[in-house]
Amino acid sequence: MAFSLDTNCGLLNHNIIGPIYCTSTIFPPDILITQFWFNYRHVANTLSVYRSVKRLGIPDSHIVLMLADDMACNYRNPKPATVFSHKNMEFNVYGDDVEVDYRGYEVTVENFLTPRSKRLLSDDRSNILIYLTGQTGNSHGGNGFLKFQDSEEISNMELADAFEQMWQKRRYNELLFIIDTCQGASMYERFYSPNLMALASSQVGEDSLSHQPDLAIGVHLMDKYTFYLLEFLEEVHPASQANMNDLVSVCAHRVSVSPGHHTDLFQRNPGSVLITDFFGSVRKVEITKDTINLTSSVKSGSGDMQIESLTYVDQLPVAEIIHQKPKQKDWHPPDGFILGLWTLILLVFFQTYGIKHLKHIF
Amino acid sequence: AAFLLNDGTKNGETFAPAKDQFQEELVIRPLHSGDIYASFQFRTLWDTDFLQEGQKKVSHYRLFPKSLGQVLSKFSVQELHISFTQGFWRTMQWGQPFIPSPPGAELWVWFHDTVSDVDGNWKELTNVLSGIFCASLNFIDMTNTVQPSASFKPLGLGNATDHRFLRYATLPREIVCTENLTPWKKLLPCGSKAGLAVLMKSEKLFHSSFHSQAVHIRPICQDEQCTSKAWELRQTLNVVFDHYTSGQGKKEWSLFKMFSRTLTEACPLASSSKVYVDITDNPELFELSPATPLLSQAVVLGDRRTYSVYDLTRAETFGQLRSFNLLLRWKGDNMLRPLLHAERYVAGFGLQTGEIHTVIYNNHPYRAFPVLLMDSVPWYLQLYIHTLTVTSKSRDNKPSYIHYQPAKDRHRPHLLEMLIQLPPHSMTEVTVQFERALLKWTEYTPDPNHGFYVGSSVVSALVPSMVAMSTNFTQDQPLFSSFVPVKEESSYFVRVYTEPLLVNLPTPDFSMPYNVICLTCTVVAVGYGSFYNLLTRTFQVDEPSPPLAKRLANFIRRIRGVPLLA
Repeated sequence: MAFSLDTNCGLLNHNIIGPIYCTSTIFPPDILITQFWFNYRHVANTLSVYRSVKRLGIPDSHIVLMLADDMACNYRNPKPATVFSHKNMEFNVYGDDVEVDYRGYEVTVENFLTPRSKRLLSDDRSNILIYLTGQTGNSHGGNGFLKFQDSEEISNMELADAFEQMWQKRRYNELLFIIDTCQGASMYERFYSPNLMALASSQVGEDSLSHQPDLAIGVHLMDKYTFYLLEFLEEVHPASQANMNDLVSVCAHRVSVSPGHHTDLFQRNPGSVLITDFFGSVRKVEITKDTINLTSSVKSGSGDMQIESLTYVDQLPVAEIIHQKPKQKDWHPPDGFILGLWTLILLVFFQTYGIKHLKHIF
Repeated sequence: AAFLLNDGTKNGETFAPAKDQFQEELVIRPLHSGDIYASFQFRTLWDTDFLQEGQKKVSHYRLFPKSLGQVLSKFSVQELHISFTQGFWRTMQWGQPFIPSPPGAELWVWFHDTVSDVDGNWKELTNVLSGIFCASLNFIDMTNTVQPSASFKPLGLGNATDHRFLRYATLPREIVCTENLTPWKKLLPCGSKAGLAVLMKSEKLFHSSFHSQAVHIRPICQDEQCTSKAWELRQTLNVVFDHYTSGQGKKEWSLFKMFSRTLTEACPLASSSKVYVDITDNPELFELSPATPLLSQAVVLGDRRTYSVYDLTRAETFGQLRSFNLLLRWKGDNMLRPLLHAERYVAGFGLQTGEIHTVIYNNHPYRAFPVLLMDSVPWYLQLYIHTLTVTSKSRDNKPSYIHYQPAKDRHRPHLLEMLIQLPPHSMTEVTVQFERALLKWTEYTPDPNHGFYVGSSVVSALVPSMVAMSTNFTQDQPLFSSFVPVKEESSYFVRVYTEPLLVNLPTPDFSMPYNVICLTCTVVAVGYGSFYNLLTRTFQVDEPSPPLAKRLANFIRRIRGVPLLA
């Protein structure tokens, strides 16, 4: 993990002796849950938010990125290892330094709600940003649930309960939830835990629209809401004073759908919450003037090694293989068929010759 | 920031740091079809013992990456080989690769013989590696892991021939992309900032016909007498650029065209940093510039090849412009005949049965040699081993060794290993019939109509060499020719991977309206409907109205006062 000293740390003194300890308190998971090539725009959405968040200082160890399908190295991508968010291939959001934690079939509701590995180690001082994009149940006449991989779904009640559990276990300080799907507002209707702020790209009953198609790639590149969100975030830098009210109004006047927001559960006034509280990294630095003693590593003595002549193994020892006997691992009692056959033979024998021969045999 | 280092001196003894060295190398081999094959090899050698506990436990890492060192000591790994490949190696067009790998991800590990629970270690190891390489290696479990009994002998030192400590698994579906390259590059001592690794730009590397990155860790001899051993970490990246897709149709290559970068310096931590260009076919096939007087000969894959060597640790290589760019221009066309070649396909029709055919070609004009074929088939393709036939030149060829471990449903895949003697200049065909199983509905992937993958077969062989090979193992040998230890001079060991298979299993119809409508209507009509009728329906006798004649007759009878008709 690279320690970057940005101006928030306030540390420019070159004469420091000792360890520099920076902690970051923001943990944003980015999640994209739909498959198939025509959902290219969902990957572009997620990666643009991921990029902004990394640019504003959050390290990869504090980001969980889940992408349900591979668009960059998909055989249909005319420019491999790239994902573009602007048409005419201007802006490659995939970059050279991306780390995807969950990809392909690993993106499931279970891994989202209770990951067994690669999880966020957040505590009660962490601010968490969750960005979801995908498809909700719109064409099938329902709202209030989000489809995972076309085969599973998560309902708004499950999400609300998951956040409540996190609150009970003191896993977050404040949480910002952004969702870019059709009828996105239905997903945050049921939230009841404190310190939650939610933004959605469309109200219940409305569809979220995609922004621009690219004729070379053949699909839509991004969704409208995230496009304007990205434009807004590109102007934010680590020391910016932009606050949540600016974020909430980012898309209101430009497009035909009306994004929603839910700030009732948030205790602070949204106007006083900085964007960088969620999107950027606050690093606390502790300076010490003590010297550190580093002991050199112990050379393992060559006297410890056995002085047997070590050799390489033959890669294809034909003679050895031919004479290799199959290993009999366990002794199994004889098969029922064999037992039955022997019983039959003995029975027939004693039937024919009489029981008096028994003493000659045993 | 400055740290004050205090060298620990105890009782007048001075501790010398453990010796480690790093070498990097790039081999460029122009292929006969006009494509170009670039193979990067980065080797870190470290004289230490990972399996020590307590006071001597390794905790200071310099060139060797710490994440891998911790993995080796925690899981008592003796040898680890992992590769991620996108694309399939076309042996007929490109010859043999320096280090072969199957499409998808492949992991095989030899554990130390002190390990008591190999399966537990294996499971944890795959999870840790999946986090390190950002890949879905956690999908490796007992249903796709096998223990080969004769293939995959250790490539490093060791006398472990007990195959209980070997585990092998492939994930043919695994995608390789920038997120796998990024952590792989971070394991290098210079990262991607200096040396040969600056050439690794993902936009160019993935726009290729074949891309394979691998990590190989094994203990090797430090010197010729082999009195002590050292750990070797080899990171290899093989890429083949196609002159149609990335070359815009022109058979002309340069470093800048391949990687969109040129070299400006060697990695400062490397003890040797070289670029080798295979000029054996120069000048008939292509011409190379800038020319260099440094030449080196090596016997690789049974053939003596000449290489132009460019040493990046010397400033003259970079010339006036401080940048090094190679240029190769093709002149002729030539066909290639590799000695050993294998392919595999599925025959049959329908979704019930099928047949797997594996075809192995021996193109040597007069020598026969043995090959070891290893097949690992998932449990949902139920093989009928009694239909296994091996034919060469339309005659039955009986294998000298067969090891078959049948599959257990949802628990273990099939493992079939056979040692077959290939007659000279022949084609050998191995066929086995199978039946497709019907899976439970939760076991289908979210896109089941794509099909299910079957991992590549592995053909390991000792191919007779046309040139005598040296069995001495020196440190100065170029890295690409010293990967496989050579035991005898007249043949070299090679591994060929076949294509993975994609089979369709009988898939239920997952479409939602169909299921909902059918099920709901059936339940309502048959279940609830009949029950409701049973509980509430009463029967009443209802007399139909009599026909006209009868009505008339009854009318007359009523008038007469006589009893009516029924």
